[in-house]
Amino acid sequence: MSKKGSREMPEMNTSSLPDLIFTILFFFMMVTTMREVTLKVKFVIPQGTELTKLEKKSAVSFIYIGPPTDQLRAQYGSGTRIQLNDRFAEPSEVMDFIYQERQSMSDQTAQVVSIKADRNTPMGKITDVKEVLRKSWALKINYSATTRN
Amino acid sequence: MGKKKKKVPGLNTSSTADISFMLLIFFLITTSMDTDKGLERRLPKPPENEDVKQEMKIKERNVMEVRLNSQGQVWVKDGGSSEFLNNVAELRNRAKEFVKNEQNLPHFPEKHAKFIEGLGQCFVTDKHVISVQTAPDTPYWIYFYVQNELVAAYNELRDDLSKQKFGGREYSALSDEQKVAVRAYYPQNISEAEPKKYN
Repeated sequence: MSKKGSREMPEMNTSSLPDLIFTILFFFMMVTTMREVTLKVKFVIPQGTELTKLEKKSAVSFIYIGPPTDQLRAQYGSGTRIQLNDRFAEPSEVMDFIYQERQSMSDQTAQVVSIKADRNTPMGKITDVKEVLRKSWALKINYSATTRN
Repeated sequence: MGKKKKKVPGLNTSSTADISFMLLIFFLITTSMDTDKGLERRLPKPPENEDVKQEMKIKERNVMEVRLNSQGQVWVKDGGSSEFLNNVAELRNRAKEFVKNEQNLPHFPEKHAKFIEGLGQCFVTDKHVISVQTAPDTPYWIYFYVQNELVAAYNELRDDLSKQKFGGREYSALSDEQKVAVRAYYPQNISEAEPKKYN
C-alpha cells in the first residue's frame, strides 16, 4: 500500500532465453533429417495400409520417378523421368548409382532402395528400374507411400 | 595504477539468443521432417544364366494369377475360374481364401504335412504362388494397390494364426522364433513375372 519512490517496471531476466532456444534447436536437429537432393521431378506417392517405416536412414538410397517439375517442363518435356541424386538418368544408369551408394555404406548388406514414384507412372518404367536393381543385387526395395485410412 | 578494481565485467550475452535463433532457422530450412514409410518388398535373385529362362514347374492349382491391364482393371484366375474383378477390394479375400484353402478343395493349393518348430505337425499350402503381371502402361498406383492388398491378406492370415496358436497375440507382438514359425506356415510367395501384353 505504501507508495515508495520509483514506478518503473523491473526488467525481465532474459538470461535463460538462449538456453530455451537451444533446446528447441536440439529438438529439431533430432527429429529431422537433412534434405538430400533438390527434387527435379514431381510426384504424388500412392496410399497404402501395410506400410513399414524405413529404419536405417544411412542405408537407404532414393530413386525418384515422375514428370519434371513445372519449371523444368519447358526444357525436358512432360514425360516420365528418373532422378538419381541431382540429375535425370536412364534406367541403365541405375546400376552405377547403386554401386556408388553401396560403396559409401558401412553395412552394405542392409542396403534398401526406396522408390518414390508418381501414382500415374506407367509400370514399364518401374519394371525397367526393378530389373536393373535385381541385376545389381539391390533386392530390398521399398515402395514409398503415405498411410491410407 | 593504484586502482583496486579487480572485478572483470560480465560478458554481454544478450545476443546469444539471436545467434541461436539463427541456427534454429537454418536447421528448420535445411531439414525435412517427413518420416519415410513404404511397402517393403524383396526382389528375386537375378538369374544366373541370362540366356536360359528358368521355367518353374508349378501345378496349376497352386497358382493364382493376377493381371493388371492398362485401363487399371484387375483380372484374377484362381481355382480354375477366371474373371475381371468388379471391385478391387475383393482381391484381399480372394487371396486369403486361396492361400488358406480351409476345406482342402481340389482346385486350390495342395496341402501337405510339414513339421514346423513351435507349431508341430501342420498341413500347409506353402507351395502356392501368387503371380502378379502388369502391362507396360499399367498405372503404378493400381499395381501398388494390388501389392498392398496381397500383403494385407498375408498379414491378416498371419495375425489369425498367431492369435489362435499363441494366446491371442498379434503377429507383430510375437517373439522372433514364433514369427519364424508363423512365416513358415504362411510364406509370402508373390512372384512378379515379366510383363506381358494381353487383351
